Amino acid sequence: MAEGAAVKKKQKVNVPFDYDKYLRKGKLPHIWCPGCGHGIVLKSLLRAIDKVGLDKSSICMASGIGCSSRTPGYVDFNTLHSLHGRAIAFATGVKLAKPEMNILVTIGDGDALAIGGNHFIHACRRNIDMTVIIYSNAIYGMTGGQVSPTTPEGAMSTTSPHGNMEPAFDACAVAEASGASFVARSTAYHMQELEKVLTAAIEHKGMSVVEVLDSCPVYYGRQNKYKSASHMMEEIEKKGTVSGAQAKNLSEEEIGDRFVRGILKQDKDGVEYCDAYDNLIAKVQVKK
Amino acid sequence: MAAERVKKLMQGNEACAEGALYAGCEFYAGYPITPSTEIGEILSYKLPLIGGKFIQMEDEIGGMAATIGGSLAGKKSLTATSGPGLSLKQECIGFAAMAEVPCVIINVMRGGPSTGYPTGPSQSDIMATKWGTHGDTPVIAVTPSYVPEIFTETVRAFNLAEKYRTPVFVLFDEIIGHMREVVTIPHPGELEVIDRAKTDVENKEDYLPYDNRFEIPPLAPFGEGYRYHVTGLNHDEDGFPTNDSKKIDAGNRKILAKIENNKEDIWSCEEVDTEDAEVLVFAFGSSARSASFAVREARKQGIKAGLLRPLTIWPFPDEPLRKAASKAKVVIVPELNLGQTVLEVERTLPGVKVEGLHRVDGEPITPAEILEVIDKYK
Ligand SMILES: Cc1ncc(C[n+]2csc(CCOP(=O)(O)OP(=O)(O)O)c2C)c(N)n1
Ligand code: SF4
Repeated sequence: MAEGAAVKKKQKVNVPFDYDKYLRKGKLPHIWCPGCGHGIVLKSLLRAIDKVGLDKSSICMASGIGCSSRTPGYVDFNTLHSLHGRAIAFATGVKLAKPEMNILVTIGDGDALAIGGNHFIHACRRNIDMTVIIYSNAIYGMTGGQVSPTTPEGAMSTTSPHGNMEPAFDACAVAEASGASFVARSTAYHMQELEKVLTAAIEHKGMSVVEVLDSCPVYYGRQNKYKSASHMMEEIEKKGTVSGAQAKNLSEEEIGDRFVRGILKQDKDGVEYCDAYDNLIAKVQVKK
Repeated sequence: MAAERVKKLMQGNEACAEGALYAGCEFYAGYPITPSTEIGEILSYKLPLIGGKFIQMEDEIGGMAATIGGSLAGKKSLTATSGPGLSLKQECIGFAAMAEVPCVIINVMRGGPSTGYPTGPSQSDIMATKWGTHGDTPVIAVTPSYVPEIFTETVRAFNLAEKYRTPVFVLFDEIIGHMREVVTIPHPGELEVIDRAKTDVENKEDYLPYDNRFEIPPLAPFGEGYRYHVTGLNHDEDGFPTNDSKKIDAGNRKILAKIENNKEDIWSCEEVDTEDAEVLVFAFGSSARSASFAVREARKQGIKAGLLRPLTIWPFPDEPLRKAASKAKVVIVPELNLGQTVLEVERTLPGVKVEGLHRVDGEPITPAEILEVIDKYK
C-alpha cells in the first residue's frame, strides 16, 4: 500500500473522544453495577457538553440521592450532590444567584418525580435555564429495587411484590404541561440520538428536560425476569419506544404503550427566568 | 460632620430585613408563613433595588435548598420562616451544617405543635433548633429581645455564619416580630460586617473545600474555577465521600469543635445586677423584656434579683450562666413553652434550685407573674 493511502485511511478513523478531559479519574471506578445504563448516559452527556463547548468552570452539576445522582462525583465541574429530591431546588439557588453558570441536573426518576416532584413542576413553570436529565429506570436503584412513579403498572418491585397497582407518570408530559420550554426523550440504547438530544437541550435557553430511559438490570431486570442487561435494553429501550419520525406516521393505537423519542417540545420564544429577573432589576432601578 | 443616622419606627420583621441588607445579604429564598411573612415581603421589594435576588419557592424545603445554592454561588443568603416551616427545612439545614455552607435562618416563633397558634407568640422551638435535624449537628442561634436588637443580631448572625461556615438561626417571636420600636440605622461601617474568607491557594486545582490545615477552611464560590465537590455524605477534605472510619469520625467532630472551641466569641449576654444576685432570672426574647421589669421592681423591694439575658442561646451559654449564678439561691426561667431552656439551665447548675415559669396560651409572660415567683424567694 502506498504511504499516501495509509495516511488517508488513518484520517478517516474517528479520533476517540477524550472523556478524560471531563472525568475526575482519581474518583473512578464508579459505583454503578455492570450492565447499568447510567454510565452510557454520562458518556453521551460528556460528548454533548463537549459539542456545545461549555467551559468546565462554568458548569454546576447538581444531583439528589440515588445511583444516578452519583454522576457529579465523577466529573470535573462545580459539583453538588445534594439531598434526595432537592437537586432542582438547590440548583435554582445557584442559577439565580449566578446566572452566568450553566446548570445540569442529573437525577433519577424517583428523585425527579416522587420526592422532588414539586420542585420539578415549579422549575418547569418558571422556565429557569437548566438542563434536567432524568435517568429513568423505572425503579429505585440505590435503595434496592422499590417501586417508582415510573414503574409500569403490573411490574414487580420489592414494594410491589404482587405487581404494581399504580399507574405510571409520563415525565415528559408532566414537564410539558408544567411549562418547560424544551422537552425530549431518548434512551441509553440510542446513544447517538441521546447525544444529539442532550446537545440541543444544553443549547436551549430555558428549562430543558430530557428523560432518558435506561435500565437497572440488578433490581428491575431480575425482579421482572429479563434475561440480561442487553435483553432489557432490547425490550424496553428499543422495542418499547418509537422515534418521533416513526410516530408521525402511526396512529395512537399503533403507538400503543410505547414511548415516543426525540424532541417533543421546543419553544424558543418563552422568557427565561433569570432574564426576566434581570429585566425586573433594570426596571425597578430606573424607577428608583 | 457625619450625616444624621436614619431613625425609623419599624416592625421587628422589618428590622430583620434591614439588618440582613446591612449585613450584605443579596439572596433570599423562602415560603410565606405567619408571623414571619413580612421579612420575605420586604426583601422581595428591596433586593431587586440593589441587584439582589428574591425567590418565593414552592415550599420551605425548596426555600432552604435554594438558600444553600445561593450561598454556594457566593452570595450571603437568607431564609425566614416560622414553626411548621422550620420542621420542613430541617433536612436541608443539616446539609448546610454538614457541607459547611454559611446561611441565615430566621424563625419567628409561633405557637406549636403543628399549625398551633399562628398569630400567637411562642418560644417553643428552642430544642427544635438544636435537635431538629438528625445527627449531631452544630448549631448557632441568636435571640434578640428588642426591635433594634433584631437589626443588630441579624447582622451578627450573618457574621457568625460567614465566619464559622455554618447555618445560623435568629430566633425571635411573634411579639417582637410584629411590635414597632424605633430603630436607628447605623452608618455603613459602623457595625462590623464579616465577609467570607477567600482562599489563597495559588493553583486552583489545589483548593480543598475542607482543608484540614484550617479550623474553618475558606469556601470558594462556585463558578470561579475551583471545581470542587459538595455532598451531605461524610467526606474527606477534598469534599468527596469517604468510607474511612477515621475520617468519618474526624469530620463529625470537626464541625462541632469549630463551634465548641469558639464559644466565647459566639456568646453574647446582657447582665443586669448579677454580681450579688441571689435570685437570678434567666430569660431571652420577649420574656426577657418582662423579666427586666420584674428584676428592677424586685430590687426596689430590696430583693437581690438579677437578670441574665442571653443573646446567644446555642451554643448554650453555660459558663456565663455559671458565673452569673455564683451567688444565686434560685434561678428562674420564664419561657413561652412547657420547659425547654430550663433543662439546659438545670444541666448547667447541678445542685442549684431552678424554677421554670411557662405559658403556652398564646399570651406573653407578664412582669407581675415573674415578680410573683421572685417574691417567693425573698
Ligand atoms: C429523604 C430521603 N428519603 C429516602 C432516601 C432513600 N433513598 C435514597 S436513593 C432513593 C431512591 C433512588 O431512586 P432514583 O431516584 O430513581 O435513582 P436511582 O438510584 O434509580 O438512580 C431513596 C428512596 C433518602 N436518601 N432521603
Ligand atoms: S442498582 Fe441499578 S441503578 Fe443502581 S447502579 Fe446498579 S444497576 Fe444501576
